[in-house]
Amino acid sequence: MLLPYFQWFETTTIGDWIKNSSWAFAVIESVHLLALAVIGGAVLLVDLRLLGFGLKRQSVSEVAREAWPWLVASLMVMLLTGFALFVSEATKCYYSTPFWVKMTSLALAIVFTFTVRRKVSLADEHDMRPAVLKLVALVSLTLWFGVGAGGRWIGFSG
Amino acid sequence: MSLLPFCEWLASTRGSIALHESLYMYPLVESVHVLTLCLFVGMSVILDLRLLGLVFRRVPASEIIDRIIPWMVGGFVVMVITGILLFYAIPIRSYQNIFFRLKLVALVLAGLNAWTFHSGIHRKVDQWASAAVPPKRARIAGATSLALWAVIVVCGRMIAYNWFDCDMPQRPLVKWAAGCVEKPR
Repeated sequence: MLLPYFQWFETTTIGDWIKNSSWAFAVIESVHLLALAVIGGAVLLVDLRLLGFGLKRQSVSEVAREAWPWLVASLMVMLLTGFALFVSEATKCYYSTPFWVKMTSLALAIVFTFTVRRKVSLADEHDMRPAVLKLVALVSLTLWFGVGAGGRWIGFSG
Repeated sequence: MSLLPFCEWLASTRGSIALHESLYMYPLVESVHVLTLCLFVGMSVILDLRLLGLVFRRVPASEIIDRIIPWMVGGFVVMVITGILLFYAIPIRSYQNIFFRLKLVALVLAGLNAWTFHSGIHRKVDQWASAAVPPKRARIAGATSLALWAVIVVCGRMIAYNWFDCDMPQRPLVKWAAGCVEKPR
């Protein structure tokens, strides 16, 4: 049902240019990877803190507030570069299971991060049960791991 | 002088061939290498940004350094082990790859930068720990670290591309930099 739209993406000016350039895909992918390091750090720092590791002397909300702008900014770069990579090989993505795993995880991760996780991490942690904080961290880590692992595996699947 | 014979011997070992030809092990090792980027480089970025005075300005720099370095070390160990395994699987091509060579040079420079920081301005951290913006030498160390790790990440990704491989027609400069041999055995 979606296949014609995916095929159309590749015929757009940007999709066509990236696909036929010898270096564009590599350069965009490099930026995607650099942003991965930043978003990884911003996510891990808060999730580790929710689990009781890392910056233990700072409150969860202080760590979450500091990490938030870096998370949002790197997510924007990830989405922009990710979309550019996608349009250059949309048909391949359509047939790739890892791609769909990644997109499902990504949608869930974004919703979870901007709702539950944001609310819990910015709240006064003394009002929260430790088990809730840990659960939020584990869900976040699992979802983002799905995004990362799925992303890497797109490249391995034909 | 060349390490090529060593790489050729390494490539002929059973473990190297097995890893190179494995259906799942090689992708798995590479995935661990890439995803550990989040832990190692991600934590380094936070530390470097604190040295630049861009995050956690109200938290003493020494606190960030002490709490984050154990996680960086853990990530680094995984990076080195998986990185060595990736080289072990494809020794000759990696050795003759310009990006691999650049990456190693940048790694050495990043090591020197870290050593300079820890043996220098970090020793006096008690004097500047609570400063929102650390002294110039700490800021330079942070900026240098960010730049070098960016180069290392990008070079690492570029190793996969064959633009400058020895088995393609190359300019003399590229051949020299990649250590290409005229008549491959």
